[in-house]
Amino acid sequence: MQIYLPIAEVSVNAFLLLGLGGIVGLLSGLFGVGGGFLITPLLFFIGIPPSVAVATGANQVVASSVSGVLAQFKRKAVDVPMGIVLQLGGLAGSALGIWVFNRLTKLGQIDLVVQLAYVLFLGSIGLLMLQEAVRAIRRARKPGARPHVKRHQHLWVHKLPLKMKFRTSGLYISVIPPVLVGMAVGVLAAIMGVGGGFIMVPAMIYLLGMPTKVVIGTSLFQILFVSAFTTLMHAITNQSVDVMLALLLIIGGVIGAQIGSQLGGRLKAEQLRILLALLVIAVAAKLGLDLLIRPAELFSLFAGGRG
Amino acid sequence: MIRCLLLLLLFALPARAGDEEVVAGLSRDNIGITAAFNGSEVLIYGAVKRNAPEPGGAPLAVIVTLEGPAHPVTVRRKSREFGIWVNTDKVRVAAAPSYYAVATTGPVAEILSPETDVTQRITVPLAVRAFAGPIEVADARPFTEALLRIREEAGVYSLDEGAVRLVEDTLFRADFQLPANLTEGDYKTRIFLLRDGKVVDRYQTAIYVRRVGLERWLYILSREHAAIYGAMSLALAVFAGWAAAALFRLIRS
Repeated sequence: MQIYLPIAEVSVNAFLLLGLGGIVGLLSGLFGVGGGFLITPLLFFIGIPPSVAVATGANQVVASSVSGVLAQFKRKAVDVPMGIVLQLGGLAGSALGIWVFNRLTKLGQIDLVVQLAYVLFLGSIGLLMLQEAVRAIRRARKPGARPHVKRHQHLWVHKLPLKMKFRTSGLYISVIPPVLVGMAVGVLAAIMGVGGGFIMVPAMIYLLGMPTKVVIGTSLFQILFVSAFTTLMHAITNQSVDVMLALLLIIGGVIGAQIGSQLGGRLKAEQLRILLALLVIAVAAKLGLDLLIRPAELFSLFAGGRG
Repeated sequence: MIRCLLLLLLFALPARAGDEEVVAGLSRDNIGITAAFNGSEVLIYGAVKRNAPEPGGAPLAVIVTLEGPAHPVTVRRKSREFGIWVNTDKVRVAAAPSYYAVATTGPVAEILSPETDVTQRITVPLAVRAFAGPIEVADARPFTEALLRIREEAGVYSLDEGAVRLVEDTLFRADFQLPANLTEGDYKTRIFLLRDGKVVDRYQTAIYVRRVGLERWLYILSREHAAIYGAMSLALAVFAGWAAAALFRLIRS
């Protein structure tokens, strides 16, 4: 069934869009990532203009994170104060990121920076997560060798002022590290045009020491606000949100997100991390190869005289 | 002065001098883009009206062109820098038609003289180049060629020799299959009557392609009330997310 998209001005198969939304929603519910790093390249691939793909992708992420975050709230897996602290850093970071983005656009090298950022960050995060998760599984398999829980490490991080109690996460730490994490993610998110879940999730686990169960819900909570803000900005400044496209992606996506969070409750945390790591590595490898292999068509067309 | 203008006019419209005229019609001059829009067929038909018996010599030929609204396009070229493929050069084309199709009664080389093609801008490369304004890069040729090649591969630009059927040198028809990803605007339709490579008569009309119904409403809302549109998109997303969560809770319990 073909459907004509009013803003994108292309006609696409409605079931294809439902399926795409479903896959991305599934990942979102499973891993707590918004799926922006997948949906946007996938939309390019089926011929949606890039500006519309980025803006509508953000709108779709709003829906799947609402769906996911509600399911996580039921399981009491959202650390709201932590989410708000991260959010504060995130807003400052995305303002900074948008400034960097505009500078790079003027220099004409934004595409390259975005692609390199994807390869670099996705690649290194994926490899780190994979290594860590494999080690954790090996440790769990050895009978008797109980993993040493290092929840209360006393690093320099814990000497910082402005301490705050995060009850859901079981942490009593300074607000400075979460604000900085939120900010760093905000910068990258604005430059790479994604929600930033794939950076946020490992940062929460490895830098802030939050328990994995809480990380997914809290990450979704934070992504929800970032992507809502992005959607609104795109709709107002670029008029590039296609509501028809968003609706189809959303219907597929919310169903996928529900199935994803059901599955996520059943899988072990280490298995989840291995799956996410493999997915992230696969996307990084694909983007890296695109940079290295000579493309079949050296020329490409972009609608509009800008850019 | 007036004589000068008249002479110019006579030069511009050599067709009027002939004894053969085109009378043509369209199966539809209005196309509405609805949500379920999946391309459209347009039949262009016509007849040759004569005031005198048909002249002998060169056979009659008909060329029909259909041209979508023009938009600016940026063509980028990748090259290898430090081992990776990067967009390095670009050429901005001020305007290129979003759709351009040519249908003829026979091979273009036989029925159309290069001079006529240049003045009337009939074939695809000439019609596209007509728009291409000032170009920034000195050697822009590979870029404009790439524009034609990519759009021809995508089926947006096409030349179909022999697609116009001419019966008894009088009646003709051409069928066009407009693609599903049509841009809104006026589609210029031109019909050329040719003999010996030169234009005997020409006829021009337009097909109006417009969004209708929900498509039109959404489009206008997104342009004129962007904040409301954005809020609506968000509300839709939040509602859908909540509804799915609620629905699945119901199913489970």
